[in-house]
Amino acid sequence: MKLTKLAIAALAGTLAAGPVLADLVFPGLHYRTGAYGPNGIPYADGYVDYFALLNERDGGIGGVMTSVPECETAYNTEKGVECYESTKGMGSLVYQPLSTGITYQLIPKATADGIPILSMGYGRTSAANGKVFSHVFNFPGNYWTGASAVINHILDMNNGDIKGKKISLLYHNSAYGREPIRTLEALAEKHGFKLTLLAVDHPGQEQKSQWLQIRRERPDYVTMWGWGVMNQVALQEAANMRFPMENFIGIWWSGSEQDVLPAGDAAHGYKALALHNTGSDYPLYDDLKKYLYDTGKASGEHAGTVLYSRGLYAGMLAAEAARTAQEISGRKDITSEDMRDGLEALKITQERMAEIGLPNFGPSFEVSCENHGGPMISAVQQWDAKAKKWSLITDFAGADMDVVGRLIDEDSAAYAAENNITERCN
Amino acid sequence: MLYRESGDFKTSYSQDQQTFPIVFDRVGYFILLALALLVVPLIINDYWVNAVILPFLIYSIAAIGLNILTGYCGQVSLGSGGFMAVGAYASYKLMTAFPDMSMVIVILLSGGVTALVGLLFGLPSLRIKGFYLAVATLAAQFFLVWLFNRVPWFYNYSATGMIKAPERTIFGQPITGAEVSPAISYLFCLGFVLFLAWIARNMTRGVNGRKWMAIRDMDIAAEIIGVNPLRTKLTAFAASSFYVGVAGALLFSVYLGSVEVGEAFGVGKSFLILFMIIIGGLGSMFGSFAGAAFMVLMPVLLKNIMVGQFGWAPDLAAHFEFVIVGGLIVLFLILEPHGIAQLWRIAKEKLRLWPFPH
Amino acid sequence: MPAEFYYGVEVFINGLMAGVMYSLVALGFVLIFKASGIFNYAQGVMALFAALTLVGFQNGQVPFAHLINAIFGTDLHHFGWHMPAFLAIAFTLLVMICFAYVVEFLILKHLVNQEPIILFMATIGLAYFMEGFGDLMWGSDIKKLDVGIPQGGNFWIEESTAFLGGENFYGFYLDNLDIVAAILALILVSSLVMFSQYTKTGRALRAVADDHQAALSVGISLRTIWVIVWSIAGFVALIAGIMWGSKSGVQFSLSLIALKALPVLMLGGFTSIPGAIIGGLMIGVGEKMFEFLIGAPYLGGATENWFAYMLALLFLVFRPQGLFGEKIIERV
Repeated sequence: MKLTKLAIAALAGTLAAGPVLADLVFPGLHYRTGAYGPNGIPYADGYVDYFALLNERDGGIGGVMTSVPECETAYNTEKGVECYESTKGMGSLVYQPLSTGITYQLIPKATADGIPILSMGYGRTSAANGKVFSHVFNFPGNYWTGASAVINHILDMNNGDIKGKKISLLYHNSAYGREPIRTLEALAEKHGFKLTLLAVDHPGQEQKSQWLQIRRERPDYVTMWGWGVMNQVALQEAANMRFPMENFIGIWWSGSEQDVLPAGDAAHGYKALALHNTGSDYPLYDDLKKYLYDTGKASGEHAGTVLYSRGLYAGMLAAEAARTAQEISGRKDITSEDMRDGLEALKITQERMAEIGLPNFGPSFEVSCENHGGPMISAVQQWDAKAKKWSLITDFAGADMDVVGRLIDEDSAAYAAENNITERCN
Repeated sequence: MLYRESGDFKTSYSQDQQTFPIVFDRVGYFILLALALLVVPLIINDYWVNAVILPFLIYSIAAIGLNILTGYCGQVSLGSGGFMAVGAYASYKLMTAFPDMSMVIVILLSGGVTALVGLLFGLPSLRIKGFYLAVATLAAQFFLVWLFNRVPWFYNYSATGMIKAPERTIFGQPITGAEVSPAISYLFCLGFVLFLAWIARNMTRGVNGRKWMAIRDMDIAAEIIGVNPLRTKLTAFAASSFYVGVAGALLFSVYLGSVEVGEAFGVGKSFLILFMIIIGGLGSMFGSFAGAAFMVLMPVLLKNIMVGQFGWAPDLAAHFEFVIVGGLIVLFLILEPHGIAQLWRIAKEKLRLWPFPH
Repeated sequence: MPAEFYYGVEVFINGLMAGVMYSLVALGFVLIFKASGIFNYAQGVMALFAALTLVGFQNGQVPFAHLINAIFGTDLHHFGWHMPAFLAIAFTLLVMICFAYVVEFLILKHLVNQEPIILFMATIGLAYFMEGFGDLMWGSDIKKLDVGIPQGGNFWIEESTAFLGGENFYGFYLDNLDIVAAILALILVSSLVMFSQYTKTGRALRAVADDHQAALSVGISLRTIWVIVWSIAGFVALIAGIMWGSKSGVQFSLSLIALKALPVLMLGGFTSIPGAIIGGLMIGVGEKMFEFLIGAPYLGGATENWFAYMLALLFLVFRPQGLFGEKIIERV
């Protein structure tokens, strides 16, 4: 009981002393610890560094300083809820939890509280349908378009005919890993390839059975939906079995330096989808170096890596949306509802990205009231183990929207019916 | 001086066996109850409910459940996460199959379903004992999680296999979904906690509880004096699973709203609940609450102090949180191996004698 | 013979190999349980900590760099040297011995004669502590571990057996890392058995395992024995950490390998060193064959985790102390 009293006193103290800032608040529900920490760190660094740079260089967005109060979720939904509740009172503008589980959790809560969620390349896929999901955005790509993009890439490699080919999906046995199955099944029907599903249980350190099966069945291609230690082990096993790396294609969450480096040279040629470009040959990095790395405000340890770039990109999209929101509302100090409008009216052009200092970093796209999924396009990147560097080998290309669009409509309609949501944007 | 009975004047068994023999305790308990029921709902807000109080209440139920099995009946179980999953999925299936069913009934039925599953997985306990049993119950944990992941019927064939609680109301107020007011969900869970704790307290001091404790203390001796080990162990498993199942159902429907089985009910949860009862005190009602409070509040408290007050980097704070919680567990065990409940008992004994300890 | 049969054999062999990897983790549990009756939940975290320390020494990382930088605003990361593997292993071993000493001094000493569940709980506290401490000390990034163990399939075996099963058979697949692990495990177990049979300290260890009080009364220092046992367990954890870390890189998930060792313990018995090996082999073969024959074709895969436990449970129903565990004698 004493403990409880102590807790109450301390908590009440902290809450009372909580920041009453006129800042633009972009809460960072990040994870730097736990089983998925190694993947979470570079992303979190990128996100934080981007806003720090805006503050240092431009004095924030439109003259208003930004702040990124970080909260450690450890990829755990319960901690995610705690983090959401403790940050939402600070005037939070948008949540990017980098976890499909936490995103699912927050969708109804944040919608009720009027705070938008931007789940960039993860979360609930059918949230791309803005008519049903008013406060959830998942541009520029989602799992189903990712699945379709993998198949499109395989189609390109085979001049458009993959009838009778064998494709295996190696997936994390969780909500996240199961996302692409429906799409792949629909595509298998359409293109006549044979799909094999291989589930790997959390955490995924032991994949001998799955890889022996791959070795026996000799699929032409393997695609992977993995996260955390599963990626590293899968790459190591693929290398051990001399599976041709150029036929092994991961989703964008299975293609970062952390995933390929432990396997060493053997990972050469491995492919993964990409939502954006990578590397540090961008003018923005000069500023980052000048304002942050050299002044000791950030370590820059992960600069230029895929997940750091993803953090930067996520920060950039959020900041651009805030800027758009400021223009629309005419206010400098925007609210979360303004932010939602900003996200909905977001327009990313190549000129704008060049101004920011990230020319050709990502695709140009627009978001609209109906379409919260943006262009739903992605590119393919390949790992060069000699140069230790990822590089894009295709242009940003769209998905098979005949199939994916239908699935999105079906799933969002089911959600709307379940929750009595009437369609917007009419 | 205040905290003492003036002599030992008990004239009936019911007086001798009452839960709070000291007037001060009894009064304190009712004041606390009145505060919890009447005052807290008025001042409570979203943060408190969702970050602190709901998890505390729900884990208290789970801890009471596991304490029945481990603390009172001596059977160490690491399957609580799996049984919570059974409760959660049972409530999901009931909520979607019978939209008009009252949430109270849904939750209680989910507990009932879990009790049946618990009975099944309790059978090996007749042969297997101690740590072997603990590890054997992990079989239930892993199997149940795999099952809910694998069979689409359990999650109504949704694309990702996540289950999401549909909106339900109680007395016209929403109790699940996004529109729940903090006071309602708090009172709903509190009601279950009070009711179940009351039942548990009375169960453990009645004939069942005595049988459980006999088995715990020495199963062979208990058998010789006529306690049927099969029936006793199985009733403990059933009762315990019922509580754990109710906790799982509440965790899913009221607290989280949507869960993914491997993440929310993984083996980590089984360990967490075991930690709660060991830290709180085995075989003690108060211990279940104290342990749940320790494991739920401590991390939040530490985080708020380190990040909120001192402004540390959140990752450093998270590492320190582990170091401090781990250190505190060890420290507690060295100071008092029988948990917070024993510390509390000692404190009470001292208080009773104060200021004349001799 | 059809190719399918040979693939079955291949899965069987790989099951044995996987079993060896599980045994490496289980051994640490057995050593400590035997000597002190403590079910050491922290064994997995110890493997992680040992591997982290090894990599840290090899790459010349500055311990607590993150913390120091945060407090003093410095920018420390590396000392700038690279240590050869054997030297780093020696240093890590030294750290693990210090760790054993500290654990004995701070925790075990105070908990003599407590109930097993209390001791178990103390190791859980220790595990929590080590998770945070290890991350603070070496950072939670993923690190590549390379001590010169060959990785990749053994292609000599693959090519020389490819003729067996006709066109659809590609030869037996065996991982070099697994072969090394098997040899290491063999050396480890035989030296442990020899150590406990033929040395004075080994005999003292067995005496403590049999009866604490009797051992104390003939003048064996319980505390020294505990330090020795925890040091050996630390060494075993280091080897397990190296083998598992070579596969996946050194990262937090390494601590979860403990879960793979628990069914092995149940099956082999908590108190038998050969039991850990044989239990490991049986679990490895059992779960891989089940996945191959039933799990993947009929049940949708990913059955290994629970099947290992179910298999162990099945054995326990017939032999409640595990295959090689000491018979549990209850006196009334």
